Amino acid sequence: MTGRGKGDAGRVLLDVKGLRVAVAGNEILKGVDLTIRDGEVHAIMGPNGSGKSTLAQVLAGHPAYEVLGGSATYAGKDLLDLDPEERAREGVFLAFQYPVEIRGITNSYFLRAALNSIRKHRGQPELDPIDFLQVLEQKLKTIGWDDTMMNRPVNEGFSGGEKKRNEILQLAVLEPRLAILDETDSGLDIDALKTVAQAVNQLRGPERSFLIVTHYQRLLNYITPDVVHVLADGRIVKSGGPDLAHELEAKGYDWLRDAAMVS
Amino acid sequence: MTSIEAHVQQPYKYGFVTDIESEVVPPGLNEDVIRLISAKKGEPEWMLDWRLKAYRNWLKMSEPHWPNVKYGPIDYQAISYYAAPKQKPKLESLDQVDPKLIQTFEKLGIPIEEQKRLSGVAVDAVFDSVSVATTFQAELAKFGVIFKPISQAIREHPDLVRKYLSTVVPTNDNFFAALNSAVFTDGSFVYVPKGVRCPLELSTYFRINASSTGQFERTLIIADEGSYVSYLEGCSAPMRDENQLHAAVVELVALDNAQIKYSTIQNWYPGDEEGRGGIYNFVTKRGKCAGKNSKISWTQVETGSAITWKYPGCILQGDNSIGEFYSVAVTSHRQQADTGTKMIHLGKNTRSTIVSKGISAGRGQNTYRGLVKIMKGADGARNYSQCDSMLIGDKCGAHTFPYIDVRNSTAIMEHEASTSKIGEDQIFYLRQRGLSSEDAVSMIVNGFCKEVFKELPMEFAVEATRLLGISLEGSVG
Repeated sequence: MTGRGKGDAGRVLLDVKGLRVAVAGNEILKGVDLTIRDGEVHAIMGPNGSGKSTLAQVLAGHPAYEVLGGSATYAGKDLLDLDPEERAREGVFLAFQYPVEIRGITNSYFLRAALNSIRKHRGQPELDPIDFLQVLEQKLKTIGWDDTMMNRPVNEGFSGGEKKRNEILQLAVLEPRLAILDETDSGLDIDALKTVAQAVNQLRGPERSFLIVTHYQRLLNYITPDVVHVLADGRIVKSGGPDLAHELEAKGYDWLRDAAMVS
Repeated sequence: MTSIEAHVQQPYKYGFVTDIESEVVPPGLNEDVIRLISAKKGEPEWMLDWRLKAYRNWLKMSEPHWPNVKYGPIDYQAISYYAAPKQKPKLESLDQVDPKLIQTFEKLGIPIEEQKRLSGVAVDAVFDSVSVATTFQAELAKFGVIFKPISQAIREHPDLVRKYLSTVVPTNDNFFAALNSAVFTDGSFVYVPKGVRCPLELSTYFRINASSTGQFERTLIIADEGSYVSYLEGCSAPMRDENQLHAAVVELVALDNAQIKYSTIQNWYPGDEEGRGGIYNFVTKRGKCAGKNSKISWTQVETGSAITWKYPGCILQGDNSIGEFYSVAVTSHRQQADTGTKMIHLGKNTRSTIVSKGISAGRGQNTYRGLVKIMKGADGARNYSQCDSMLIGDKCGAHTFPYIDVRNSTAIMEHEASTSKIGEDQIFYLRQRGLSSEDAVSMIVNGFCKEVFKELPMEFAVEATRLLGISLEGSVG
């Protein structure tokens, strides 16, 4: 597969080999191989329970997921050996399917603390509230949003759509190298979906790769991936170009699942 | 261990002992000990009589066992009721204070030396049974504000003390209040005259140093008509395997149009992980809004003590008077707290607000107990109560006992309560954004407590935030 015409020349950012993962003793991922190069956008599709969210969570380092075998190399480092916060500071970002609420802490305070922990790791000076505001305004302009969410407590009282938008805003400010979107489209109406997709498209670039986990093809109508993978029963059973997503929309997942069972 | 269980294990930072020669009376309690304390304080006859009367009442009372806390029997004859560093009885200048005492308070972050004083804060420093220094007394006197150790006030302002002492907390109010009345040693006395807005924050720092002693502090604050005062107390004690008793009584009186803001940062030694040692903090605090349009506001951040038993309350006697209670109580390891407030509405259009935040971690048990009582004559009274509990880990407990007693049908009462748990997912979310697990817990907890912290004087809100971080360090990991 090629990454937006760059061919195989792009540097490998993430290299997952034979990854096996269990949750509460049940093996969910049974040997996943996945290679993402700089600037590429990959989509992972698959039926419910296939292990899509598990893949997203384990790459981000959720402690409830137990790695049974395999490896994941990120920018030359053993990703699985890093704590979640170290992964974040190294540029791995997960847009959560269910973002949590933090009472009493404003979005802007939270986001500045997050950005400063990453800047500190990079050896950059921490931003004071005024400098941060400038960074924030510039990012909001990039994605075309206003700042109405910034002084509200993190995700508290947010609608489903606002929570998802807030994840994308964090993505914009934290500037990750690898952005993982876990079912960002779920629960969004069509207008919200377009807004989120447009923002993501603005954030695409040669220094940023995406792994987009989704059940439905509709998000991919607005964000065109370089590669589409189908995950079924804990393995990637098929990979292809953007057309694969349309094929899945038309035919469903069963034909692939059956193929996986046979193999 | 999950990432939530490793965050509450930081050693207690204030657990050192000052090596200083002290005069400690032998353990035991009887009328002779009370006479001795009274003599040491140079008290007038009426004060001794008052103490003895309280003591005789106490003998007839029994220790309360209704709080939701468990502890072994206390041997009141094994406690020493007076301990004081050996030095000149009353110091006119700080030059006469033992440098070891000055260093002790400095180590606790309470500078009492002239050139290092906290700007805008006058401090009364109490070490075991005596006040060792009170800063800014002369400056305050220019405004007519009296701020001095209560033992000194009894000698110098007997009329004021006699007029108000035990008018809010009667000597026979409860077992510990009676005990305190019999044996109290030091604490602060504040009088703010009519129409004066006290220009400084007043603060008392209580330090227990001697072993096998109890500390019995007594504080009395009077805000005369139209005056305002903000007072803050802090405290700490060495780490010891024994339990030490701290039984305080604090009385506040606000006259017409007066306001008192009373803040506490309580950081007594909480005991170790296994529940060995720690202070028994059995305290009676009450304010009386005696005048119309008066206001008393209690804010407390309780992170220390093995056992906390306290219900700072307000008697809303004056029409249109206001009582407030903002509380953060943290129990970790094997700490137990049974705390809350009492709001007694007597006057018309009286209002009260209660915001309580309980945080339980480790094997801590945290109980909120509150009483809102609307009496017959309190037309148009209003109360708003909010009780939130947060659990960290699965071996701790949160309990809520709100009592509501309404005897006037015009009253408007609101009560909200919530219980939440810091979960793995919440911590993970913050770590995924680059924050360490310590910072994540601290952020979640501080956000939870925000409504209370914003009530603290600015200088102390920072301290409270920091203290909370330390208390919970290690409870998540």
